[in-house]
Amino acid sequence: MSVATTANYLNAEKGIKSWLFTLDHKRIGLMYLFAVMTSFFLGGVFALLIRLELLHPGQDFFTADTYNQLFTLHGAVMIFLFIIPAIPAALGNFVLPLMLGAKDVAFPRLNLASFYIYVVGALFALYSIVAGAVDTGWTFYTPYSTTTSTSVISMTMGAFILGFSSIFTGVNFIATIHKMRAPGMTWFKMPLMVWALYATSIIQVLATPVLGITLLLLVIERTVGIGIFDPAMGGDPVLFQHFFWFYSHPAVYIMVLPGMGIISELVATFSKKKIFGYKLIAYSSLGIALISFLVWGHHMFTSGQSEFSSMVFSFLTFFVGIPSGIKMFNWLATMYKGRITFEAPMLYTIAFMFLFAIGGFTGIMLGAISIDIHMHDTYFVVAHFHYTMMGGTVIAFLGGLHYWWPKIWGRMYNEKLAKVAWAFIFVGFNVTFFTQFFLGSQGMPRRYYNYLDQYQPLHMYSTYGSWMLGVGFLIMAYYLIYSIYKGPKAPNNPWGALSMEWQTTSPPIQHNFEDQPVLEHEPYDYDTRMVVNDELIKKEDVKEKEDINV
Amino acid sequence: MDPNGSLIFPSQVSTIAPEVDALFDFILYLSIIFFILVVGGTFYFAWKYRKKGEDTFTKDLSHNNMLEVLWTVIPTILVFIIFVWGFKSYMKMTIPPDTSMEIKVTGQKWFWTFNYAEGATTTNELVVPVNQPVRLLMSSNDVIHSFYVPNFRTKMDVLPNRYTQLWFEATETGEYNLFCTEYCGKGHSEMIGKVKVLARADYDAWLAGAGNAGANMKPEEFGAKLYKDKACFTCHSIDGSPLVGPSFKGIFGRTEKMTDGSEITADENYIRESILEPQAKVVQGFQPIMPTYQGVLKDEEIDALIAYFKTLK
Repeated sequence: MSVATTANYLNAEKGIKSWLFTLDHKRIGLMYLFAVMTSFFLGGVFALLIRLELLHPGQDFFTADTYNQLFTLHGAVMIFLFIIPAIPAALGNFVLPLMLGAKDVAFPRLNLASFYIYVVGALFALYSIVAGAVDTGWTFYTPYSTTTSTSVISMTMGAFILGFSSIFTGVNFIATIHKMRAPGMTWFKMPLMVWALYATSIIQVLATPVLGITLLLLVIERTVGIGIFDPAMGGDPVLFQHFFWFYSHPAVYIMVLPGMGIISELVATFSKKKIFGYKLIAYSSLGIALISFLVWGHHMFTSGQSEFSSMVFSFLTFFVGIPSGIKMFNWLATMYKGRITFEAPMLYTIAFMFLFAIGGFTGIMLGAISIDIHMHDTYFVVAHFHYTMMGGTVIAFLGGLHYWWPKIWGRMYNEKLAKVAWAFIFVGFNVTFFTQFFLGSQGMPRRYYNYLDQYQPLHMYSTYGSWMLGVGFLIMAYYLIYSIYKGPKAPNNPWGALSMEWQTTSPPIQHNFEDQPVLEHEPYDYDTRMVVNDELIKKEDVKEKEDINV
Repeated sequence: MDPNGSLIFPSQVSTIAPEVDALFDFILYLSIIFFILVVGGTFYFAWKYRKKGEDTFTKDLSHNNMLEVLWTVIPTILVFIIFVWGFKSYMKMTIPPDTSMEIKVTGQKWFWTFNYAEGATTTNELVVPVNQPVRLLMSSNDVIHSFYVPNFRTKMDVLPNRYTQLWFEATETGEYNLFCTEYCGKGHSEMIGKVKVLARADYDAWLAGAGNAGANMKPEEFGAKLYKDKACFTCHSIDGSPLVGPSFKGIFGRTEKMTDGSEITADENYIRESILEPQAKVVQGFQPIMPTYQGVLKDEEIDALIAYFKTLK
């Protein structure tokens, strides 16, 4: 227990250079964490400004141009700078080698390169804010994006460069998972978070190049005037939509799959129960990754694509919903006859079940073509998207952040404040976005700066909700930052979890483990193993401590 | 919200609307059942199996084939039903009946133009007879727009390089909102029109009069009407505040600096040219983005607009 004061990865080397040139996956993960949290803050401020303008119809605080730039920046920053790298590159980087019992990722230099490429991409994106911020929406639809006078090129170049960072992380993780598992850790003895990161990496490697090509073609069209998408130059604007969604639909699974991985860890740890249907959860991650490549056309039911395409895409869309549904049932069954405690990570797990269920059901509604025709490009889609991405991914990310926080810093956060912040975020989120389902089904189009008076009451509640969310995040920022400096020292295994990252010190030593760990038990063997005060207790050793839940 | 609609939907005014809403309701009820099952179950288990007292080992419940097959197969069957239902309604939405009348729709930044076979042209106001299938043949002059009437539950993108079509049959007379739902820039949220559904006789009377609208009006009154009907107000104010374009207040006889540095006093010829060839001479500080009104405005309508501008002192 005195290890926290001895050498660890945070204090082993000192000075700014030891961070900037580090090859340690934990430090790179932390630098990523700092970068994505900064982006999240920025994107969040944009969101609050958007909601502020929408409090009343007509012009209140911003001009139409500024508003259009705000929602574009909100989308682009949240998607490309925050949510895609948030779980894999920040949390995943930190925990993946620890979960595998490895010293580092397979290619530490590639890992550092991926971070700096991210920084360069982010600078391009930020430059576009000062250089006449882009106003196309994060989707860059042509021919609007080919003809607008704003800084489309620097933003798309930013997204293009960020793609490489994402590919590097993906390649690195795939190699790491294949080659660096601890002795005894066969594929089906890996934590499910690792399966989720594996499926995510496959999508990152296979889909991201298509986005890169698409954005490059857009840049070429704007600079050289070669007509690919702009009909004025002989191009086809719908082609852009096909290219764009061929990446961007799989990309939503890049965003949500790692979130599902976190939930699998949390629900087992805080229920102290063997995960239910391990193989089905693992396979469903791969299933989602595969089918996700085949459903992009459901973004285009009204675009003028053929009726036949719409039919096929609608059909396949429903089948990407099934594996997600299976996971929900498995998590629920994991809680059955568990021994459940309610620390912040578990609260986020419960919030995830609640919000992601709503996101999923409304996804089924949107998958039905006839309903989508009515709902497409309205607030209903905005609400659905936020229920899956924020209610799903971001909530899971926050759960994971709290879960691994003691491991990362060796300090505990304030549990009471964490619960208060959770309540603000959960309630605020629902007030902000549940109202938007009604706005959308009533016909309110998205990306509207001004709106008809009839929509005002719901817009007002949505804005109030966004303030609650803001308060929740402020509280969280306070207690998390405070804990880094003044938090009580964390035990090695504060939650009594069985996966490998908890078997080393908090914070881990520079090379993660004193000796190469060997898999002694599976990550979810809560029927025969438990950890009390960092002490592993085996069932065979304590016969009298039989299950009293019978 | 629509006073005639439900909590969820605006009122149903097309033949397809009840079908869309019925499928939505079906999925909604299913969702509520499954939500109670999954999320209710989560809360119930969280309470029932909360930690009481000592740490203990838990049961080895790792899988159950019967359960897992059930919760894979049942949702699969349900979504298959939803798929077929949604697709069938979609086919009805997609194929216009042979008896449809046709109206040409043009979208451009930031208004809609409707051209009738009988020669009438309207802006931002689509007038149709009730209980008559209407097929819209749509195209755009600039970027992608999307034609959306919530009460009809129908929507279709309007593209610059091809025709798209959309059909509906309105079932009740009245005025309904028409939105542009594909982001198209600064005036996107102002690209709102009306669909006016009239009884057959009223529609015929309207169509007969539409060709010579303004016949019984003073030119400046007719011009004021055109300023509204043709959506000039989207970009040009009459109170002096600059919007996308310069304000019309005091425009006649005003001297303005052009983007090429020259100075021009707005007279009849300048105004006429700016309507028909908007990019020819653009006032400094504004972008050359106004579309031409060639073919949209007739000569006497341009005369009326000029007469109206003269009154805006």
